[in-house]
Amino acid sequence: MTAATLFGLCGAALVGFGLYGLVTNPEPLRKILAFNLLGSGVFLVFGVVSRRAAASGLGGDPVPQAMVITAIVVAFAATAMAIALVLRLLQETGRSTLSADNPGGTDTDRGNS
Amino acid sequence: MPDANVLPDATTTDGALLVLAIVLPAAGVLLSFVLGGRYAERIASVLLPSGLFLATIIFADVWQSGHPLIYIVGDWKPPLGIALRADGLSAAMMVAMAIVICAVAIFAHADFGTRPGSVEARAPFAFWILLMAIWGAMNMVFLGGDLFTLYVAIELLTFAAVPLVCLDGRAETLQAALRYLLFALLGSILYLVGTALLYGSYATLDIVLLSRQVRMEPATLVAATLMTIGLFAKTALFPLHLWLPPAHAGAPAAASAVLSAVVVKGSFFIVVRLWFDVMPGMLGAAGAQLFGALGAAAIVFGSVVALQQQRLKLLIAYSTVAQIGYLFLMFPLALDTAAQLQGGGALTGGMLQAISHATAKAAMFMAAGLIYATLGHDRIAELGGAARALPMTIFAFALGGVSLIGLPPSGGFLAKWLLLEAAVATGQWWWAIVMLAGGLFTSGYMFIVLSSAVAPSSEPLKLRVAVPRYQEAAALALALTSLLLGLVALGPVDILLVGRPDSMMVGPR
Amino acid sequence: MTILSVFDIGLVVLLLGIGASTIAAREAFAAVIGFVVYGLLLSIAWVRLSAVDVALTEAAIGGGMTGMLMLGAVARLRVAKGSDTRASLPARVAAGVLSAIVAAGLAIAILSPPEAIPTLAPMVMENLAQSGLGNPVAGVLFVYRALDTLLEKVVLILALLGVWSLAPDNVWGGIPGLRVYARPDSTLTFLAQLLPPVGIVVAIYMCWVGAKEPGGAFQGGTVLAAMWLLVMIAGLTSVPSISQTWLRVLVVVGPVIFLAIGLAGMVLANAFLAYPSGYAKPLIVAVEVALTLSIGVALGLLAAGPPERVQQQ
Repeated sequence: MTAATLFGLCGAALVGFGLYGLVTNPEPLRKILAFNLLGSGVFLVFGVVSRRAAASGLGGDPVPQAMVITAIVVAFAATAMAIALVLRLLQETGRSTLSADNPGGTDTDRGNS
Repeated sequence: MPDANVLPDATTTDGALLVLAIVLPAAGVLLSFVLGGRYAERIASVLLPSGLFLATIIFADVWQSGHPLIYIVGDWKPPLGIALRADGLSAAMMVAMAIVICAVAIFAHADFGTRPGSVEARAPFAFWILLMAIWGAMNMVFLGGDLFTLYVAIELLTFAAVPLVCLDGRAETLQAALRYLLFALLGSILYLVGTALLYGSYATLDIVLLSRQVRMEPATLVAATLMTIGLFAKTALFPLHLWLPPAHAGAPAAASAVLSAVVVKGSFFIVVRLWFDVMPGMLGAAGAQLFGALGAAAIVFGSVVALQQQRLKLLIAYSTVAQIGYLFLMFPLALDTAAQLQGGGALTGGMLQAISHATAKAAMFMAAGLIYATLGHDRIAELGGAARALPMTIFAFALGGVSLIGLPPSGGFLAKWLLLEAAVATGQWWWAIVMLAGGLFTSGYMFIVLSSAVAPSSEPLKLRVAVPRYQEAAALALALTSLLLGLVALGPVDILLVGRPDSMMVGPR
Repeated sequence: MTILSVFDIGLVVLLLGIGASTIAAREAFAAVIGFVVYGLLLSIAWVRLSAVDVALTEAAIGGGMTGMLMLGAVARLRVAKGSDTRASLPARVAAGVLSAIVAAGLAIAILSPPEAIPTLAPMVMENLAQSGLGNPVAGVLFVYRALDTLLEKVVLILALLGVWSLAPDNVWGGIPGLRVYARPDSTLTFLAQLLPPVGIVVAIYMCWVGAKEPGGAFQGGTVLAAMWLLVMIAGLTSVPSISQTWLRVLVVVGPVIFLAIGLAGMVLANAFLAYPSGYAKPLIVAVEVALTLSIGVALGLLAAGPPERVQQQ
């Protein structure tokens, strides 16, 4: 097994951990954290793809590397937006929860136009 | 597939139109961001109609030449660079979405309009920029010829769509937006890992180049599966639909319309690209039946839950869950005897369903918004008198329903007719039963709403506001578009097959 | 086949251990601290994968900025009332099975690479000289796949708009709710006076060197954002209100210049986002400088959050 494959398998396992955390953890902030872990595992898969395709004197194929850089920035933007939503929810209701019971608003104003 | 002659890898005449379709919305977003809320609506009111005009030119061009438009960005051909391609599917979807977005823009003037000289306000500033961003992201989805570019496009779509859900800032819409965001992020990250695996196997993500090289092997199968699951989550296909009803029902009416009509079609379109264009031979009979089964489950589940709703906007949102199901019936119906997905009647039917649902559903959400604004509530049981107060709106709502049920001459009728025809031709009668049952369910919930709306009100109706006539007209125009969409059977319906490798069909020539 | 070094195995074990702990930890604070450490280790993994550009981005954005955002959120969430009930055991088992299947699927895909590994590296290098760039990753980002890079900047602006749009109506146009700790003699103030000049030099260097060596607009922009946040948190400079024109101009200046140069390419070169021959490098450097500024301001504002108070005059 090459080092690249090892990191790739590590990425696969991290995707598994992240997915589990995203599905099972009830706290939104922990879900966001799990999403980031999942994302970093996905990025590592790009890393293996790049490393394996090393050629022309380069340590890896630059195309997947560039894609990861793009994706890291997008993931950060997503995290920032999700955290802002969680904090706003806290401001409105004093809680931060995704559970179905009413977070604060009364049921009668659902479906506001 | 050996079809090197189908799509040349060079910029075609008029290919620059495709660049314009992406640059215009991007410029609109950037400009509005700097100039601020006072100008955002004015910028949108110039750019959105230009977008419709542009889409129409691209449509006419593709239809007349019978060939796709291509633009090679940066003069770097794939696999190194990125190509933009407008085939028949792209052109038709671009026009349809531009029509819906323009109608939404007219409708939204009442809620998000800005008077000259007023100070910048939060909701209008955000709304107009997000609307232009959705337009641009959809164009990118339709034109992008590279799977990673499509990833960036669906992320654009997510970031434009999520804030629309909670524009009014109520706690439950914030919660709905957060749930939507988490589902959407999971969807895009699963899609992204698929692109990594595909690149690892073929060193290209260009749709045409991939379609020539793709082969049955473990990495490709894993990639396709994960990408599909991710896109299903973003499209809200049963059982990954949980985020949709609260998000679509809670948003302001103009936003609900664009979310339900337009945004979910973006990820759906990429599913079609993936299975019909990138790997038409990979889905196989079992996979196609599974897609169909999920679609059928969505139709039954969405309709049954819609029937139980007490609130109009939630009913319409659950109806979206059901109507999305129809889109996936085309997969088993498009499979030919060699287990290849073929662009024929089933594909045409499926895409027509997407377009007719877009126009009908946007009209219905607008109508529901007007009903809410007028009556101050949207409780279905208490809609009595609404038809007297808002005849044009209720009529628009009913016409939208006609298209959803699939009565002639609506777009929904033609779509379902083509799908039924394919079901008969391929001997898959069970999908025909599902479609007919879905039509009955739809008639059921339309009947509940309309019978309540035309009933006389028990007590004198207190109208909260008089809604502007142009808002009603926008809803009605979309509903009429949906109703008359069936007439495209007489005209350019074949455009949907332009540029398909498996089709000998070219335009009217 | 190279032999796995003890170092790589140790690194992977640590990554997996800390990664799992961020999911399993009972306290959110512990999980976030774990995640920051994890981010730093991950950037070492990227160096081991010969992707120094990614390593820099991961350390700056993935670990640093994300960690900072989350630490801030954990602190504010302390006041949250009530706790969510954990998923039931059957639900957890089902999620575990599902996650294991996905991870196994990925592992199978990774363990079965094609016999001849395809690569674009030679093609990237062959054409790189034409652009005058020395860094192949910059070549992909700004030459071959410039469209993706441009659109991703628009994504960043939309995310910022999304964050701002969460503000209550009455504070629209006001000042982001970044927590400021202004105490004249604190270490923070000292750091905030000491680091920014160094940081700005580093950022300029990163942006400049990115054309030929690892580094570039993203990494430089992140360093700028971090420095800006530091001086704002220390109270040395005030947090600007989001209605400031200069602020909005800075956010869009990068993408606008990128877009303008791209459009000029339709006339002066062969295509949209093509550079006239001979002018590629100066144009790309111009784009990178503008993007560094825009990314710095946008990331800083994303971290600062939506407006929470109106400007007091």
